[in-house]
Amino acid sequence: MSKTVVIDPVTRIEGHAKISIFLDDQGEVENARFHVVEFRGFEKFCEGRPMWEMAGITARICGICPVSHLLASAKTGDKLLAVQVPPAGEKLRRMMNLAQIIQSHALSFFHLSSPDFLLGWDSDPATRNVFGLMAADPDLARAGIRLRQFGQTVIELLGARKIHAAWAVPGGVRSPLSEEGRAWIRDRLPESLDTIQTALALFKDLLDRFSEEVASFGQFDSLFMGLVSPTGEWEHYGGHLRFVDSQGNIIADGLREEDYQDFLGEAVENWSYLKFPYYKPLGYPDGIYRVGPLARLNVCEFMGTEGANRELQEFRQRAGGRCATSSFFYHYARLIEILAGVEEIARLVDDPDIASDRCRAKADINALEGVGVSEAPRGTLFHHYNVDKDGLIQKVNLIIATGQNNLAMNKTVTQIAQHYIHGPEIPEGLLNRVEAGIRAFDPCLSCSTHALGKMPLQVQLFDRDRNLIAQVQRD
Amino acid sequence: MSVITLTIDGQAIAIEEGATLLEAAQEVGAAIPTLCHLKGLSPVGACRLCVVEVEGIPKLLPACVTAAAEGMVVHTNTDNLQDYRRTIVELFFAEGNHVCAVCVANNNCELQDAAISTGMTHVTYPYQYPQREVDVSHPQFGLDRNRCILCTRCVRACDELEGAHVWDIAYRGEHAKLIAGLDQPWGTVDACTSCGKCVDACPTGAIFRRGATVAEMERDRAKLEFLAQAREEQQWTR
Repeated sequence: MSKTVVIDPVTRIEGHAKISIFLDDQGEVENARFHVVEFRGFEKFCEGRPMWEMAGITARICGICPVSHLLASAKTGDKLLAVQVPPAGEKLRRMMNLAQIIQSHALSFFHLSSPDFLLGWDSDPATRNVFGLMAADPDLARAGIRLRQFGQTVIELLGARKIHAAWAVPGGVRSPLSEEGRAWIRDRLPESLDTIQTALALFKDLLDRFSEEVASFGQFDSLFMGLVSPTGEWEHYGGHLRFVDSQGNIIADGLREEDYQDFLGEAVENWSYLKFPYYKPLGYPDGIYRVGPLARLNVCEFMGTEGANRELQEFRQRAGGRCATSSFFYHYARLIEILAGVEEIARLVDDPDIASDRCRAKADINALEGVGVSEAPRGTLFHHYNVDKDGLIQKVNLIIATGQNNLAMNKTVTQIAQHYIHGPEIPEGLLNRVEAGIRAFDPCLSCSTHALGKMPLQVQLFDRDRNLIAQVQRD
Repeated sequence: MSVITLTIDGQAIAIEEGATLLEAAQEVGAAIPTLCHLKGLSPVGACRLCVVEVEGIPKLLPACVTAAAEGMVVHTNTDNLQDYRRTIVELFFAEGNHVCAVCVANNNCELQDAAISTGMTHVTYPYQYPQREVDVSHPQFGLDRNRCILCTRCVRACDELEGAHVWDIAYRGEHAKLIAGLDQPWGTVDACTSCGKCVDACPTGAIFRRGATVAEMERDRAKLEFLAQAREEQQWTR
């Protein structure tokens, strides 16, 4: 008899989700689905608000990556004011985004995912978490937590608070970095650099032992999308959008965020609140693409800093080609991006513009429609606003990184389930691998549905007639 | 002018006849919370946050509009009053759409201060979530009725200090709302001199500078008091 396994709730991710695994008559996995079961409605209730408030409101979508929304929203505001952000404003925004990437990636790697690598996929779930890591390797756990603290504190030094700093505004930012802030950052840079280099060495060592995971955790061909600079350098804030295929061929380049509707479609399925964006020219679901750290490293030619660039070359060697196609490499890409972030911050902190108070351009509404884009830790984030002549929001569309990975996450879950699950009896460690496939994407479901949520996971097992036959739940 | 004597929170005080209980309480350092009251504007007793107990009188009296009388024994800070005041603040929050986290006046809001000072930890009444209009048609300022508590400080500042009388309250009960001119977009009201006194008078984020983002609204109440006093005492320098 065919069966379905449901993992509900999915743990150690940011948001509330469940996974359903459908078994055929032979007990083999036929299909698996990653359901996002939250709903929030930001796009609707922002209607009627003055557009100046949007950065502050949309930052509230997420407590992990508020900076991403803040920047995408402020960049949309720049377009509505039709102003050029002063150089200091742009550099300061870049610094905050780098800090955001560092802290969010550190959270994903050290707090959420490393317990799987370091304590073992099959270890006791009660201790397979950051507390277990603290007990097993207190130095690494402390270093990881302090690395995240570095990112969070840079955000606080710039925006006066770690979470939901309403500091980036249409036209620029509110204030420059203080001298004390500069001194603090300079002081903590060596330690942060040291931590990320240690983590990279550790992960590369583990990678050699995880060949089965690399081969089955979402190893498939897809497109990759991300921002790149005009010279092909790794980007996180400006530049233009590029699509590459799994061989690294550039499929589309020089794309402007304003035209996103020409190349991105959004499909809806009745079993998830999360939409399914796809690359329009290839249709749904063939237009599957991935965003985020893996995609950013795949679309760029080189990293802007020396150490990160060296790591990129090794990354490509280990991936066996111009593009890494295994979603397990998201973890690796994340670590390289942390390194890039620390090195870039080291460069920016000595830039005299960082202390300039010429960091905010002021203007009234000069355009009625704007699209802003930024690279959130999890991938490309679009904000699209229409306003009336006074600046009141008429329409909002948000395209979130995690949503763009939706097709890829479903494919990953299916691949892992097919590889590891045979028959209705499923050991916990195998379910954990299914979850870990999702964790590789570091999904933020609160963001992607703009929804309120906690972080549990549920797996349900269904037979061929969709009768629930088994269920595993963790809170 | 004759002087009267009364007792406030156990302290005896002598004050000029005609003074309000609020003024008398301020003399003895008793902190009575207020919202609709603004020094220099005529008192209206609209918000009832300043209610006090007077011995021998069975109902609570608003201190801002009650004249101090000879021999009164007044209590300004009893448990009963705290309950009433907190209830009043909760009702303000339940009635409008007050979202401090994303408000221009966050950390600089008298309603927020009142919630803190009265010990409001949550709102026990059902939120009404009214549909209210935002008016940003004025080139310099904006009005968000979601945050308006109908204190009428803007109405009085515009009428009594500026003499323009742009603002009024229209309709009644839950439909009552602040209107500009003859219920028209603020930017189309010819009477408005764009002086910004209403902006300085507003206790919440309802009237704000256009373009202000979260927690960016700061107000200059001292300027209003200065103008009111200068006007009263004819201290004009030119």
